[in-house]
Amino acid sequence: MNGLRKLTDKIKPAFEKGGKLGFLHSTFDAFETFLFVPDTVTKRGAHVRDSVDLKRILIIVVLALLPAMLFGMWNVGYQHSNAFGLGWGFWNMFWYGLVKVIPLYLVSYIVGLGIEFISAQIKGHEVSEGYLVSGMLIPLIVPVDVPLWMLAIAVAFAVILGKEVFGGTGMNIWNPALLCRAFLFFSYPSKMSGDTVWTGGLDRFLSEGTAYATNGHGLVDAFSGATPLAYKSVEGLQQAGTSFMDLFIGTVPGSVGETSVIAILIGAVILIWTGVASWKIMLSSVAGALAIGYLGFACGATDLPGYYQLVLGGFAFGTVFMATDPVTSAQTETGKWIYGFLVGALTVTVRIFNPGYVEGMMLAILLMNTFAPLIDYYVIEGSIRRREKKVKVA
Amino acid sequence: MSNNINLKRGLDIPISGEAAQKIKKAVSPDVVAVKPTDFRGLLPKLLVKEGDKVLAGTPVLADKKSPDIVFASPVSGTVETVVRGEKRKLLEVRIKADKTQEYVDFGVRKVKELSADEIKEALLKSGLWPALIQRPYGVLASPEIRPKAIFVSAFSTAPLAADTDYVLRDEFANIQTGIDALTKLTDGGVHVSFDSRNYSGTPFHKLENVIQHTFTGKHPAGNVGIQIHHICPIKKGDTVWTVSLLMLAAIGKLFNTGRYDMTRKIAVTGPKAIDPSYVTGLPGMAVADLKEFYDNSAEELRFISGDVLTGTSVGEAGFLGFYDNQVTIIKEGREYEMLGWAKPLRSGLFSASRTYFSWLTPKKKYDMDTNLHGGVRAFLMNDVYGKVLPMDIFPVYLTKACIAGDIDKMEKYGIYEVLEEDLALCEYVCPSKIDIQAIISDGISLMMKEMA
Repeated sequence: MNGLRKLTDKIKPAFEKGGKLGFLHSTFDAFETFLFVPDTVTKRGAHVRDSVDLKRILIIVVLALLPAMLFGMWNVGYQHSNAFGLGWGFWNMFWYGLVKVIPLYLVSYIVGLGIEFISAQIKGHEVSEGYLVSGMLIPLIVPVDVPLWMLAIAVAFAVILGKEVFGGTGMNIWNPALLCRAFLFFSYPSKMSGDTVWTGGLDRFLSEGTAYATNGHGLVDAFSGATPLAYKSVEGLQQAGTSFMDLFIGTVPGSVGETSVIAILIGAVILIWTGVASWKIMLSSVAGALAIGYLGFACGATDLPGYYQLVLGGFAFGTVFMATDPVTSAQTETGKWIYGFLVGALTVTVRIFNPGYVEGMMLAILLMNTFAPLIDYYVIEGSIRRREKKVKVA
Repeated sequence: MSNNINLKRGLDIPISGEAAQKIKKAVSPDVVAVKPTDFRGLLPKLLVKEGDKVLAGTPVLADKKSPDIVFASPVSGTVETVVRGEKRKLLEVRIKADKTQEYVDFGVRKVKELSADEIKEALLKSGLWPALIQRPYGVLASPEIRPKAIFVSAFSTAPLAADTDYVLRDEFANIQTGIDALTKLTDGGVHVSFDSRNYSGTPFHKLENVIQHTFTGKHPAGNVGIQIHHICPIKKGDTVWTVSLLMLAAIGKLFNTGRYDMTRKIAVTGPKAIDPSYVTGLPGMAVADLKEFYDNSAEELRFISGDVLTGTSVGEAGFLGFYDNQVTIIKEGREYEMLGWAKPLRSGLFSASRTYFSWLTPKKKYDMDTNLHGGVRAFLMNDVYGKVLPMDIFPVYLTKACIAGDIDKMEKYGIYEVLEEDLALCEYVCPSKIDIQAIISDGISLMMKEMA
């Protein structure tokens, strides 16, 4: 540890302004502060500070995402094994998923962090940690077979136009990870929707007749590949062999990390317990989804009882990890209730009434991201007006 | 008494080094300093030159804008040096104290028989006028104004703050005189706020001629700004004054003894204070007079006049501030910590958030140092600030308005109601390590400039 510190101190001068490698100052600083909490002391204001910093907060989010990620890796293998009737064991499935998902992570982090580093370098800023979480999220909300070059373009789009043009982490209007997904969704719909994209290796098998680790097997007869969202009633789901518990545990096709409600709930507990994400948004989003879900059920617009909406598709993942993004969600406490409720309500509305885009979560959150500042504006105006009245009375 | 105000939001920072209730020594100062920098927005005019003889109570400085306001020497002695900084800005007037102290005699006077103008004049002449702070903005009170009311906080919740009951126990009569005097300067009365948990324990609940309030809560419940916010919020156009019990005692002494006597009990506190306890001393006394309380031979220390949230770093060669009765000594945290942010446990460090595990040991006190514990970033988290600010305002919006220099928004978000100290805890908990107090301070300066 001391040796590493000494080495860092030794090479540090080269990266300072005017040094040989001065143009890499931000990059060096990012690595140094990653390894060591810096020795900076307070200059103005409070002389002591809390030990929490953004790195800590973001690493908690990454930690909360791990269960969903690990389950997602296993599920990729599980779906593949089922599709081709391979009868794999646990490790075989996990290994397959690992091999499929790791490249997504490599692309996400190399492209995303690369752009972050370059733009920090150009602006002369410190590199912000924000992308650690975005980069972790992106592979979990795309189909596992999404071509890597598409992912790279989408990540670049999301980071540059979604974040850097606004001034970087903390200044963006839309959640960068969702923006990345939206870009993929609208630019390459054939790779983002339909029945064939959700199972690893299927696309390639269908076009080339072979794929990695099919072991010469063909598709099993009963294979459909559709996500459970495609079924509009409990009976439909049951005919497809999907029970409520399957949806809850997550052994269904879908984006890599979104399927397992259990894994996501573990993450939710971590986020709420540490206070990193707002429980108000999560709770009100669930309330919104249930409200519209049951309303639709009562009116006969859908045959699915409201609670099914909570375990289907990306609702749980979006509610816990995406809607609660502190930068793009509502900032005021009252606003959070409204914002969360509308996210949940809009998602289910889209699901019920729009057969074209069955997954409403992404667009609901992006839309509410757009309106969050408006919600906050009215909450604050209301609060100020209420106070003025109170003061006048007193 | 019936309407206790219960504040749920706040945070008591568990820093070690609370002063034991004993007087370790009486500091007889060698050199003291009168510092214009203790007062916001003061343009000082020097009234003495080097070599002049002064008594305790002799005016040393005056306010250029309203020359009636003077600042007096707390000791009798000789003006030694006038210290100036950049652009010849006046920083300190250092006075070498005599062996025996002589006081200017302002005459013993019965407050009851004095008119408001006579009281004002007495305060102005004696150099005690600066005891009164005017809000909005926290500036020196303007003698031409009759404020809406005067507010006093009878308890302090700041980290390691001197115990009000202990330091002022013997000053009850003087404080009463001070209150009687100030009551004549306002129509709204003198409001005194007490800690409800200690209401019957404190001798000051027997103070007469005051309007009493009680508060329950963690820091910053003891900040007078928070109390005003809940008693009678400051609107645009309002002016109120605040004064501390410590200064009330000095005002009382002026009328009861005829002297400018600023002697006070000072708490020497902090993780690096050896045997933290109290001393008797004066404002402007040198930190170096507290030598037996610290050992900086092995490590770099920071000497703070005041508490760790709002105090001023004065250095070993510095002097105690005019309003302060606390010195805090902490370590400069110039150390790297390998992968500190990633450690599951960091048992030596406190965090108000649950991202670490310090919430498991609520009684533990921490040897805090000045390390920032992270890099400066943009605002990201939005709900951490409100949890430590028991006011009905939006701290992040206010801070952003100050950064943008947007006067209208600053007004709307409550710049009239806050001083830096009220948002100090927001700064403490900020995971983005933003200097919120400095931003608010710049905002207030801008308001003063634009609204003048």
